[in-house]
Amino acid sequence: MEPVVHLHSTVALLGRFPALAGVDLDVDPGEIVLLRGPNGAGKTTVLRLCAGLVAPTRGEAVVLGVDLTVDRRSIRPLVGMMGHATGLYDDLTVAENVRFWARAGGADPADAGAAMDRVELAARVRSLPVERLSAGQRRRASLAAMLVRRPRLWLLDEPHAGLDAAARDLVDSLVTEASSVGATVLFASHELDRAEAVATRTVTISGGMVVGDSAAHLSAPVLEATHGA
Amino acid sequence: MVHDALIIAGKDLRLEARSRVALNQVLPFVLAVVLLFGFALDADTALLRRATSGLFWVTVLFSAVIMVQRSFAIERQDGVTDALRLSSLSPGGIFLGKVVSLFCQLIVVEVVLGLCVVVFYDVTLSGGALLAVVSVVATLGIAAAGSLYGPLAAGLRNRDTLLPLLLLPVLAPILLGASRAFETALGRGVGGGWQWAAMLGIFAAVYLALGVAVWGTLLEET
Amino acid sequence: MTESVPAPPAVGPTSTSSRGTRVLGAVCLVGLAVTGLYAFVVTGPDVRLGNSVRIMYVHVPTVTAAYCLMIANAGFSIYTLWKKSTFADLAAHACAEVGVVMLGLTLVVGAIWGRMTWGAFWVWDARLTTTALLFLMYVGYLAVRGLPAPPRVRATRSAIVGIAAACLIPVVHKSVEWWASLHQNETVLGKVNPNIEGNQYFTLMLSMVVFALVAVWLTIHRFRVLWLTEQLDEVGVDAAIDERRAEHTGVEVGR
Repeated sequence: MEPVVHLHSTVALLGRFPALAGVDLDVDPGEIVLLRGPNGAGKTTVLRLCAGLVAPTRGEAVVLGVDLTVDRRSIRPLVGMMGHATGLYDDLTVAENVRFWARAGGADPADAGAAMDRVELAARVRSLPVERLSAGQRRRASLAAMLVRRPRLWLLDEPHAGLDAAARDLVDSLVTEASSVGATVLFASHELDRAEAVATRTVTISGGMVVGDSAAHLSAPVLEATHGA
Repeated sequence: MVHDALIIAGKDLRLEARSRVALNQVLPFVLAVVLLFGFALDADTALLRRATSGLFWVTVLFSAVIMVQRSFAIERQDGVTDALRLSSLSPGGIFLGKVVSLFCQLIVVEVVLGLCVVVFYDVTLSGGALLAVVSVVATLGIAAAGSLYGPLAAGLRNRDTLLPLLLLPVLAPILLGASRAFETALGRGVGGGWQWAAMLGIFAAVYLALGVAVWGTLLEET
Repeated sequence: MTESVPAPPAVGPTSTSSRGTRVLGAVCLVGLAVTGLYAFVVTGPDVRLGNSVRIMYVHVPTVTAAYCLMIANAGFSIYTLWKKSTFADLAAHACAEVGVVMLGLTLVVGAIWGRMTWGAFWVWDARLTTTALLFLMYVGYLAVRGLPAPPRVRATRSAIVGIAAACLIPVVHKSVEWWASLHQNETVLGKVNPNIEGNQYFTLMLSMVVFALVAVWLTIHRFRVLWLTEQLDEVGVDAAIDERRAEHTGVEVGR
């Protein structure tokens, strides 16, 4: 089965800083992979690289069959990303935002209603401008804008941050559901207990490289580097 | 690409309808400038009438700078730039969409400004066809240039003040051509109104082509 | 395509002077001296303009050099966008800087000439007005270059501004020229006998060549300073990568 994500010795420079200093990661379809590690380790950069927003400077990087060293743009409609920012227009209502981002992503704006149902956004909230929403409601709206495009690869950067318990449960159930319909999920989180319960696999990142992987396919050189050779 | 442009233009115009920034802020600004020029030129009606074409287009240029700032500040909010990169909209389409929305808003400003000028500077309108054509072509050029420089300089801390420096010298030929053409239309100039309109058309075409060609790189790397 | 990693300074200048430019510099100095001689001593005052015509020997070459540098900037900018070359990016920067200086000089000299000839510093003639606008456009270009940003981003932005400015040169030129003709404004060069010949013609040609060489010398040196500064800012990518990997110290490895 072709991996959804294939990174091998991938180096990514942000300006002159090597955010990723040689990442090896293979993710199969349907996996739910948790990225953990200290702040500044490179988790967000891995997610952004898979979205095609950051260019790989060295090494291999193939996501959903697209070679990112050659073409970073065609991957974008296939992935869905939710980061710290909401990616929504404050002055437009939730419904208008979701419909716009649906159209922008090549999806049918009529699906917006269903997407907002899935994230359990109350009807009266949908017609409020985004600036009047609470943080949790904005995250839900953000999720809806991502879901409406039905991405095959979900890239979530700290999806639980700032959410109440109900919203966190919602995120967990959506993530689990995603994998059951064949989407793959990569997410970074510091909420280890909750995250590890949902994830099928945990990958530890530090110093811009993968230093730990709960799946048994760690390559020998990495083992040596972490345990000292 | 046209389809994408319409999506973006629709979104921008809906945003404007909702937030009413142009209505509540730019139109009063325009009125204020008309009055200010009146004060500056000591309410000399004859002089104001003679200077109308130039004053009109100077005011349009200043309003355009403000509106370009606004148009691109919108896209800087809360991760929207990344979301745009992740969408399947073509950058050329986004550029054209921005041009269309700026164009529409500027035309409204110009109509209102025209009314103010007729009232305050005691101007009688004439040469309607030339006025209309020149307005359209000049505004198209302004919108195109603004949408090209906007992403570079607008909406970011420490960069806002760069936009007028970048944009105004570039728009100077438009100011020149449009003012002269207006003068001719109003019966005051030395002629060649339609030639100026043609020159404005060339300017607009150059900047539209440049924008479509280059916006992809702009979006990715700035 | 994989983004190019900044190359270590294996090729390119390693100092701001070289045999070639030392020779060039010497030629420039001699050339300037000879031009000065011709401009002030050998050629007499113009039949119509008197002594002020000597300013032409500076004014015309500086504006010509400036235009050439603007075009060079446009060329380098296009190459920067196309091939993502640091060399082209810095060369564009150097051209623009020296070009702005040349444009500024043109403006100042033109204003002085206007003052001497017609008593006013600025007579809204076509060439000076165009020069003023171009000066502003390229000052804007330098301002964009000055914005703090990673080198690739800065290079792309500046290249776009440079290309846009260059596209405008003909538009500005034509429209201002046309406008000035409507007003029949004095042109700063207008009253010079168009059939200048003999010593005056020779001096003009000589000064054009000399100023062109001076501009080239300045640009090369500016480029070298930029290049060396750029190299200074580089830590080798491999060293940076090792430093980055060393950040990982005893992080708890997963199950």
